[in-house]
Amino acid sequence: MGVEGIGARVVRKEDKRFITGKGRYVDDIKLLGMTHAHFIRSPHAHAKVKGIDSSTALKMPGVVAVLTGQQLVDDKVGNLICGWAITSKDGSPMKMGAWPAMAPETVRFVGQAVAVVIADSKNLARDAAEAVVVDYEELPAVADVHAAIKAGAPQLHPEAPGNQVYDWVIGDEGATDAAFAKAANVVKLDVTNNRLAPNAMEPRAAIADYDQAEEHFTLYTTSQNPHVARLVLSAFYNIAPEHKLRVIAPDVGGGFGSKIFIYPEEMVALWASKKVGRPVKWTSDRTEAFLTDAHGRDHVTHAEMAFDANNKITGLKVKTYANFGAYMSLFSSSVPTYLYATLLSGQYNIPAIHAEVIGVYTNTTPVDAYRGAGRPEASYLIERLMETAARQLNVDPAALRRTNFITQFPHQTPVIMAYDTGDFNASLDAAMKAIDYAGFPARKAKAKADGKLRGIGVSCYIEACGIAPSKAVGSLGAGVGLWESAEVRVNPVGTIEILTGSHSHGQGHETTFCQLVADRLGVPISQVSIVHGDTDKVQFGMGTYGSRSAAVGLTAILKAMEKMESKAKKIAAHALEASEADIVIENGEFKVTGTDKAIAFPMVALAAYTAHNLPEGMEPGLKESAFYDPTNFTFPAGTYICELEVDPGTGKTSFVNFVAADDFGRLINPMIVEGQVHGGLVQGIGQALLEHAIYDANGQPVTASFMDYAMPRADDVPSFNLSHTTTLCPGNPLGIKGCGEAGAIGASAAVINAITDAIGKNNLEMPATPDRVWRTIHAA
Amino acid sequence: MYQTTYHRASSVDEAVSLFGKSSEAKFLAGGQTLLPVMKQRLASPSDVIDLGKIKELQGVELSADTLTIKAATTYYDIMTNADVKKAIPAIAHLTSVLGDPAVRYRGTIGGSIANNDPAADFPAALLALGATVKTNKRLISADDFFKGLFTTALEDGEIITAVAFPVPAKAGYEKMRHPASRFALTGVFVAQTKSGEVRVAATGASQNGVMRVPAIEAALKANWSPSAIDSVNIPANGLLADIHGTAEYRANLVKVMAQRAVAAAG
Repeated sequence: MGVEGIGARVVRKEDKRFITGKGRYVDDIKLLGMTHAHFIRSPHAHAKVKGIDSSTALKMPGVVAVLTGQQLVDDKVGNLICGWAITSKDGSPMKMGAWPAMAPETVRFVGQAVAVVIADSKNLARDAAEAVVVDYEELPAVADVHAAIKAGAPQLHPEAPGNQVYDWVIGDEGATDAAFAKAANVVKLDVTNNRLAPNAMEPRAAIADYDQAEEHFTLYTTSQNPHVARLVLSAFYNIAPEHKLRVIAPDVGGGFGSKIFIYPEEMVALWASKKVGRPVKWTSDRTEAFLTDAHGRDHVTHAEMAFDANNKITGLKVKTYANFGAYMSLFSSSVPTYLYATLLSGQYNIPAIHAEVIGVYTNTTPVDAYRGAGRPEASYLIERLMETAARQLNVDPAALRRTNFITQFPHQTPVIMAYDTGDFNASLDAAMKAIDYAGFPARKAKAKADGKLRGIGVSCYIEACGIAPSKAVGSLGAGVGLWESAEVRVNPVGTIEILTGSHSHGQGHETTFCQLVADRLGVPISQVSIVHGDTDKVQFGMGTYGSRSAAVGLTAILKAMEKMESKAKKIAAHALEASEADIVIENGEFKVTGTDKAIAFPMVALAAYTAHNLPEGMEPGLKESAFYDPTNFTFPAGTYICELEVDPGTGKTSFVNFVAADDFGRLINPMIVEGQVHGGLVQGIGQALLEHAIYDANGQPVTASFMDYAMPRADDVPSFNLSHTTTLCPGNPLGIKGCGEAGAIGASAAVINAITDAIGKNNLEMPATPDRVWRTIHAA
Repeated sequence: MYQTTYHRASSVDEAVSLFGKSSEAKFLAGGQTLLPVMKQRLASPSDVIDLGKIKELQGVELSADTLTIKAATTYYDIMTNADVKKAIPAIAHLTSVLGDPAVRYRGTIGGSIANNDPAADFPAALLALGATVKTNKRLISADDFFKGLFTTALEDGEIITAVAFPVPAKAGYEKMRHPASRFALTGVFVAQTKSGEVRVAATGASQNGVMRVPAIEAALKANWSPSAIDSVNIPANGLLADIHGTAEYRANLVKVMAQRAVAAAG
């Protein structure tokens, strides 16, 4: 492997520019003649737009234009789309209302844009926006999912009666009912999975630049998937055909899913840049981010689990209401269905599962994929249920899990997923050892003597990553394939450029992807560069989300590398007058095995490009590409155990220890993997203890700034104790499962299980704020 | 932010003069409240007069009975000052849990009390210690200075120059931090003067801003110990309630924080 190959803890190449402030983000880019956009957003959760008077604003200094939703309609700009079709249990397609990029008639959430001011500076645009008078007629609004489905609730879209988008089911209802009929014990639980605001460090931004002579657009945007952005903008919005639209996602400061989707603002910027004949820049401020970045989670669920007399699970019934907000965002429909209910088997042998998911419109910000996307909701539900069951059945929570673990692979669950491999006992063992599970009762007793309530909580998560086999997701309603592409360009001097359809926005691809090349060729990673994030440079690719970049994106690079190496070996064999079969690659050289005959890789590259002495019939050059479509999802899994203390006087939680034993398959760079796990755990802890995007009953957001929305900070979280129990993924040649979302998926249940253990009460919703915990302790 | 004109005053007199010449001027100390409010366009002063570089507003002085902290002294400088730590360590502690490092490097004691946020930490210290606010015009006792939410006895254009704290026999401050803003969800400052008087002030709790807590004062006067507060009943009526804490929770915190502050005070 070498010092920079697979498995090496290589320091991140990209950090030099990030840490020294030399990263280049969208807002850093300034174009000649650039204008600035400021959106006029609805202060109402639900209202008719009766009129927009921009006459005063248009006379103000520096104002270039005031554009409205009606002008979008007049120009036949398409509505935003949802890219995954879900079918209800009655066979009907999901029921969607139209989502125009700026509302011409009706606004349905606070923050929805109705118009945009284009001006010479950001401040002038803001000044003029205050002079635009929008005449609203307020309508009754509804923010809560249960309130929205009641008879007589305010209706959002005529297309979706009762505010219901779909009523979707999975699993075998008859078999599940039969299991419950025979059950020795039934465990019931109601849980809410709290709504989260993603809050990437870099807010969303866009610069659109229309070239009149070429009739060509360039869009700089904060995207996790620039090619998908170009495809959607071209195919559905009538703005520009793909070959006339270049999308560039430069350095992007975090996404967590929120930058997958196509939002109104970049569409409007593109359209406006053509209308005003100048580049248009928009950068979100933090409050706009709270109001308009797609939120995550927001489920309300009732679940029941059936057990036989031996504490084996025999059945699981789940009914979930998923709050979609006011519109269906790009992948929103798939999150509470195929990304959620297909993981309801957890790590357990469950013979029968039936789940029903009802998708509901409310007058709130749209909800879509956020780190984990459906899988945290599934894992949280199952792991809360297991803990509840252990308490009800009076067995040790770890032992109950062990009794029900899947141990034979492959394993077909009753909810589509076929787990390929894993060792759930190994990760549970590792985590229990790391936290000294056996010693916990003594520690609890000692804490009690000090006036503290100590608890321990286990969470055994599984997720489906490496998203995704195209044929499989296509059969489930996805509008796209989820393969990945790569191109390996060897330069004549032997340096290498990897063009990838993956997109790094914090993941460290510029290091890990180079490590694969270093591993295979024995060249230093300084000889390799990663090119991504520009549709003019890189072949079509699908982007980064769903912990897919290593399992899918890196495998595509491997496939392209194999093709390149095969040609390079032929060239080397020809030059060394040896048989191709005898050529081996070692330390940057192509060698004839068993001899001292060798040719350095740069000389092979040079030979490919001089083409003076190539094998008969061989094309010059050394550049290969590949597309890789996975055959199955990957299934990272592991055990998290959290030990904490609750202060009974204040309800405040303090961590004592947090251990994570993950199985991610092969690790490319353990240091980067640890960073991913740290970040994910912090997000999971944030959901469990701090974060909640709250609306009042009238749909007014209560948490639209960091003064109210509690983001986890360094002193809110413990140091983590990480380890790995590895089973290699059989589905891809590198054996990779993915590590990007695990922490966010598994952590929240461990925290809540520990707090409920500490306080001796099972019903506690997230976030477990000190106030909520204190009230739960003291509730009758 | 709206257009504004920035002035850096080099003396209190110059600041007063600049204020008089402006139509709607605001004094700027550490800027930890004013600047975010201006960025959100919720304030639009014609002129901003920066007091932060005025030498006569900087520093700490200790006499036998009084600790004087000049108004534009930053939290960081207060927290690390040897005289503060020696005379009233509870103030050093309060400052060390105020906001976050970035706030502590910029924010000032004068800015905090002039703003009188109902969840700010320093008003509790002033009220419990019976401090005196010195301005360019007069002396104002803490009891008279704080007048409810974001309201003080300061007149238009009046500048706080220092706060004089009588050195107490014992003092302690304990705070439950607001999880998002890091203001006090509720904080309680307890003090016993050298003459044996007990004063207790709570911040972050009342709908009217910083408040004395007579029931706890009486209990501690009789018996200076955490357990003396066990039987005190703090009514939730009139207390703040928001997404991070109900009124009942804050009532509980007034009691619990007071007990812990007494324990810390020794």
